Amino acid sequence: MGKHTLSVLVENQAGVLSRIAGLFSRRGFNIDSLAVGVTENPEISRMTIVVDGDQYIVEQVTKQLNKLVDVIKIKELDDSESVRRELVLIKVEANASTRSEIIQIVEIFRANIIDVSKNTLTIEISGDTEKIAALEDMLKQFGIKEIVRTGTIAIERGNKVIKIKNSDEE
Amino acid sequence: MKLSGAQAIVKALELEGVEVIFGYPGAAICPFYDALQESNIRHILTRHEQGAAHAASGYARATGKTGVCVATSGPGATNLITGIADAYMDSTPLVAITGQVSSDLIGRDVFQEADITGATDPFCKHNYLVKNTKDLPRILKEAFYIASTGRPGPVLIDVPIDVQIGSVNFEYPKSVDIKGYKPNYKGHSIQIKKIAEAILRAKKPVICAGGGVINSNASKELVELAEKCGIPVVTTMMGIGSIPYDHELNLGMLGSYGVYTANYAVHNADLLIITGARVADRAINNPDQIARKAEIVHIDIDPAEIGKNIQVSIPVVGDIKGVLKELVDIVQRGDVDEWGRIIKEKKEEHPPKFPEMKSGTGYVNPKYVLKVLTGLLREDDIVTTEVGQNQIWSSNYLGIRKPRTFITSGGLGTMGYGFPAAVGAKVGCPGSRVICISGDGSFQMTMQELGTIKQSRLGVKVLMFNNTRLGMVRELQKLKYGCRYYQVHLDENPDFIKLFEAYGFKGRRIDDNSQVEEALKEMLSDDGVYLLECRVDPEESTL
Repeated sequence: MGKHTLSVLVENQAGVLSRIAGLFSRRGFNIDSLAVGVTENPEISRMTIVVDGDQYIVEQVTKQLNKLVDVIKIKELDDSESVRRELVLIKVEANASTRSEIIQIVEIFRANIIDVSKNTLTIEISGDTEKIAALEDMLKQFGIKEIVRTGTIAIERGNKVIKIKNSDEE
Repeated sequence: MKLSGAQAIVKALELEGVEVIFGYPGAAICPFYDALQESNIRHILTRHEQGAAHAASGYARATGKTGVCVATSGPGATNLITGIADAYMDSTPLVAITGQVSSDLIGRDVFQEADITGATDPFCKHNYLVKNTKDLPRILKEAFYIASTGRPGPVLIDVPIDVQIGSVNFEYPKSVDIKGYKPNYKGHSIQIKKIAEAILRAKKPVICAGGGVINSNASKELVELAEKCGIPVVTTMMGIGSIPYDHELNLGMLGSYGVYTANYAVHNADLLIITGARVADRAINNPDQIARKAEIVHIDIDPAEIGKNIQVSIPVVGDIKGVLKELVDIVQRGDVDEWGRIIKEKKEEHPPKFPEMKSGTGYVNPKYVLKVLTGLLREDDIVTTEVGQNQIWSSNYLGIRKPRTFITSGGLGTMGYGFPAAVGAKVGCPGSRVICISGDGSFQMTMQELGTIKQSRLGVKVLMFNNTRLGMVRELQKLKYGCRYYQVHLDENPDFIKLFEAYGFKGRRIDDNSQVEEALKEMLSDDGVYLLECRVDPEESTL
């Protein structure tokens, strides 16, 4: 088992997300996270799906996704060949005695404080899964009240891009 | 050309070469029906939308053309779902058109509103909710293309009533370009060469032919390959008819309800060539065991089928007809004489079991009926079956000679499929005799279609095995649940002969084996609708 990141180009149309989510649930595949947004071409959206499973599962997911007419292209992103980020907002308990310690930790992680109140701090961090897990771990002692995450997005390193080939090249 | 949305749909159907559609009108599809009156397209009015979907499927499977069914919004659309799911499992090309409530009312739970695109997502190859009348020509074109190409399947088009009423400058696209749908037809030559090498190496090769062979019209190539290389062929239920039943290399249907020799061959092969089959549990329930013993070749147009249920050493994605043609050209026969001898021996040792034909028991033996029927059928006659013991008896004891003449619900196992499917087959092949083999249980699931065959004058025959039981489930309760029979008795069945008579149809009941041949001849020589009801012993086993 392991985490696999799939980049999926889909038609930017109503119903596509539900088709993809439905396919995962009815075939018994597990999604760790799914992030979606429009690409440089407004007709096409790009999904980044993190799947939990072995190589057989990833192959099945890829093939079944490919069968959906709305799915244009799928690529599994190799860990070492791609950059991945997630944006997370963490609301943590903070009072006069803990606030400065939390701020120090936030600075070490190069995260930002985006909201403050008498007894909370809200922290914004972006990074890969490990970095975020490490910050979360450090903040636990103060009491985490709430976490919101976008899910991982990823892009290939260097010159490589995931694009639609024209007509029948594939 | 300025057309209403409804007229545009009709025009598109005409341009797609559609000659007949099966349907049931309702408020939200009225604009379409209004436009349809001006067309030469024949409309078969079924008595239930499920019947329309199954009839379109039977039509498609008998003719190879795409079947079309139409229903209104809400319950009309949801009644199609079983037929759509059935077509999806059996890879049948179908276009379903449904009316929908007005666009501005969608989502407000108004009268006869149902989210049919959402509901059919899991069973559709693709579906559309049309938002704008101007999209209709493109969507119709795409729908027929998607349904009939690659691995065929059902496509649903949901058309809100305002979209049917709206207008469009009609121009039908000449071609389609769907970014996410480019089926691959041409098998990879290097892979095909590898199959040829494997065949030459193999001492005990077997071909498993599925419904894909029939969909791809590849029966000729299949038989050529088998004959050229001396390779025995087993079929799945969906593959019945891909090779004549009496061909010496045909071992019959494999699987849990299959023939001994077919299963023997698959389990002892050193090379298994799977063509157009899904390796589903009923056909092969222990794929890992088989894959350990044999080299596995899998040819299929759907890449997702390859490697799904069985580990494959030589995968080929492509149209079976083309792949087999290329293979036949380059392949050489291996050293298979010993294997051929063993298979022949096994076949002789395990002939189909026909029990002793007694008279005076008050019952007819269904296996015997099917054996006699085999001798009386012409090769163009079409048989549909229901689901239950009648289906397994037909699969194993009826001889089918040609592809597209055995139509049965393989994947979904839909009781109530056979009778409406026979309606569609008869519409598509009016020159063929069409016989629906049914049980008393499944027949009652869709028997309202008697009205359809009456109104549309379709001389469909029904050969019913009546044991006043849900025989297959009863047998399961007998074998696996300690004979605790429950809810499998249908002792309050109607008098089916009288039921047929109520529609003005002929019928006859037989209860002795001595009557079988003469009764079958009478049924087959009759021009009209005919019920031959055979009283069958509830204890009669499936195998």
